[in-house]
Amino acid sequence: MDFSLSSEQKLIKDGVEKFVRNEYDFETRNKIIATEDGFDRALWKQFAELGWLGISFSEEDGGFGGGAIDTNIIMEAFGSGMVVEPYLATVVLGGNALALGGTPTQKEEVLGSVIAGETLLAVAYAETQSRFQLSDVATTAAKSGEQYSLNGEKVVVYGGAWADKVIVSARTSGDQMSEAGITLFLVDAKASGVSVTSYQSMDGARMANIAMKNVTVGADAIVGQLDQGYALLDQVVDSGISALCAEAIGEMNALFQKTLAFVKEREQFGVAIGSFQTIQHRLVDMFMAVESSRSMAIMNALKLSSTDVTERKKAVSAAKVYIGQNSRHCAQEAVQLHGGIGVTEELDIGHYFRRLTLFCGAFGSTNHHLKRFADLSD
Amino acid sequence: MNIDYTKEELEFQQEVRTWFKENLPEDVKRKHQIGAPFSKDETVAWQKTLSKAGYFVVGWPEEHGGPGWTATQRYIFDSERAAAGAPVGMSMGVIMLGPVLMAFGTQEQKDLYLPRIKDCDDWWCQGYSEPGAGSDLASLKTQAVLDGDEYVINGTKIWTTYGHHANLCFCLVRTDNDCKQQLGISFILIDMEAEGIDVRPIISIDGEHHLNQVFFDDVRVPKKNLVGAEGQGWTIAKYLLTHERTTIAGVADSKLNFSNLKELAKTQTANGAPLIEDEQLRLKIAEEEIKLLALEYTNFRTLADTAAGRAPGPESSLLKVKGTETQQSLSELRVEMAGNYAYVWKADETVAPAEFLHATEQYNFLRACTIYGGSTEVQKNVVAKMLLGLK
Ligand SMILES: Cc1cc2nc3c(=O)[nH]c(=O)nc-3n(C[C@H](O)[C@H](O)[C@H](O)COP(=O)(O)OP(=O)(O)OC[C@H]3O[C@@H](n4cnc5c(N)ncnc54)[C@H](O)[C@@H]3O)c2cc1C
Repeated sequence: MDFSLSSEQKLIKDGVEKFVRNEYDFETRNKIIATEDGFDRALWKQFAELGWLGISFSEEDGGFGGGAIDTNIIMEAFGSGMVVEPYLATVVLGGNALALGGTPTQKEEVLGSVIAGETLLAVAYAETQSRFQLSDVATTAAKSGEQYSLNGEKVVVYGGAWADKVIVSARTSGDQMSEAGITLFLVDAKASGVSVTSYQSMDGARMANIAMKNVTVGADAIVGQLDQGYALLDQVVDSGISALCAEAIGEMNALFQKTLAFVKEREQFGVAIGSFQTIQHRLVDMFMAVESSRSMAIMNALKLSSTDVTERKKAVSAAKVYIGQNSRHCAQEAVQLHGGIGVTEELDIGHYFRRLTLFCGAFGSTNHHLKRFADLSD
Repeated sequence: MNIDYTKEELEFQQEVRTWFKENLPEDVKRKHQIGAPFSKDETVAWQKTLSKAGYFVVGWPEEHGGPGWTATQRYIFDSERAAAGAPVGMSMGVIMLGPVLMAFGTQEQKDLYLPRIKDCDDWWCQGYSEPGAGSDLASLKTQAVLDGDEYVINGTKIWTTYGHHANLCFCLVRTDNDCKQQLGISFILIDMEAEGIDVRPIISIDGEHHLNQVFFDDVRVPKKNLVGAEGQGWTIAKYLLTHERTTIAGVADSKLNFSNLKELAKTQTANGAPLIEDEQLRLKIAEEEIKLLALEYTNFRTLADTAAGRAPGPESSLLKVKGTETQQSLSELRVEMAGNYAYVWKADETVAPAEFLHATEQYNFLRACTIYGGSTEVQKNVVAKMLLGLK
């Protein structure tokens, strides 16, 4: 048994951590999210040049042959600085959809360009009524001749505001709730009939609702198999959850470290508040939450590529539940122990809090995954 | 033992219920229901409506223009007010300063300020906390030095809720540096328009402007604005904080919020079914309802004590701790119900249903309710001292 990182992985870890420390401090982040675009395209280019966008993809696909552990290394470091650039949407979700299901042409043209930092992606599956159910798809793709015509609306799409191309789930057969009959399509965000309404999400990043009205695509836009898109989407979303769990560890750890420093410094009643035993125990609880969550993120990453689908899904849901609960605890405690200053926009604590609140609901709430885990364990 | 109301109390309840039904504007009700922020003008307008009906300074005795209700009547009123979907408003003048002036103020202060509070002509803010003095309030440093018949004030106050709306501030200041900390504190009334005052906004975790830091630079305040004697500020502040704690528990409002959420769970659908048909959510809602019952009956018992003239004991801390925890867990429930829409920030109804637009803002901001009005940790210290008989 060995939990150590390879020398390449250590290099990446050091590199991303150093980037966050030196080039992505809280002030820089605030400036970035205040721009109209809401993220920094120059930094994105830099990520591409450093090879960070291609790390997890196979060499065949133009990547560096890494995997989920590598993704997690990057995501955890990004989490420590709440990096808003669309790594999750473009590389993890979009990239994995193409890596797992893309045609050779799609891989060559789109995945290659993603790795080069030239194309941004998003995966759009949620709809107004669908809540966390990937199989609840009302968006339709009607076939006429060799073409498909897409109609419907996708909501709260991660990175949707920035995406050049969007992978959307649409119904090609079956009824609204059935897993069979869902197909994934690669759609150009600028295609006629696509309208993108973007807005801010609570962590300062951008999301979008994407409406499609008679959007015409060819069969070559299909990612994966016709009617068989559900399993692929499920796997893609699982990879997103795994990455997001790693990001959450970065955020939780940042909150723990910052709170630790704060209670040593903040004085009330003539002493550091960290000298009160009740506060000490609370910090220990936070520490335990971080470290046990880290174990779950590793477990998850190791099982993500399992060919046993049930095993993969259980691992992902277990991690989401456990890290969801513990990150909520950490976030709430960090704010509470900071007192008034913890509930301000001025301090980063509140921003980590918001980011983790978003994490808790992302790709299915704790309850949703608890149920998914239980159902798979029956 | 019973919790029945008398015939008169039932009539009173009916009267209040009818009034709210007839006088609560639909837009106020709606905003309150979805947790949208109120502007100063909106708050004042609603409070003036309450005031005209004699429903604003509800805790006050008759001699000061209040209705002189019993504790039970006040409870009934508050329950009806909340159940009708009406906001309580920001009334630090009513809840906090009024009782202080009645107990410690000069006749002149009473005559000048109480009627204006009653008519909602002034907006008072509370200037206690400082950057260095939060839980340890007695360590406050803002100085008031007597110069002729004026105090000259220097220092800063922080977390001043709606300081930017206020025209007046009741403040704790240090008038003596050479005695036990608590004994050197005085309670003084300050005109927010006075020269030397600078109010700077603090944006909170919900992205809104509720809080401020207030700077005092040689602000001159007439000596007659001192409430009580020099050095009596700490006694007054402690008197006031017990008032603050019982109101912060917010039991009646949590009940309303709960019933709104339950209704929402029935009307909002996901995956083709109402949310409440999700068994987990249904049980979670039930759990919240049970917690609320425990809170409500504790509240009843405190009320009965007050009605019988017994001073509330550790229960007022219990109410504050449990009441604020309930506010927080209800806000979590709304976020849970919002599902994907919980991510949406400062958007409008074209993007997400109105009921969920402010869900995370509220969840975020309510983290503060276990911090203000004596943090949960400090409350527990107080109770621990009582239970363990510590000095
Ligand atoms: C939204 C909001 C509105 C407010 N409105 C007003 C207002 O209008 N006017 C006003 O004067 N003030 C106001 N306050 C200030 C509020 O009263 C203080 O925030 C509160 O007293 C805590 O002080 P602090 O923020 O300095 O935290 P600190 O006192 O520094 O506390 C930090 C942490 O240490 C804990 N702690 C402190 N001492 C102990 C101890 N002895 N044992 C165990 N734990 C301890 C606290 O519980 C907290 O978790 C407001 C605060 C907020 C958040």
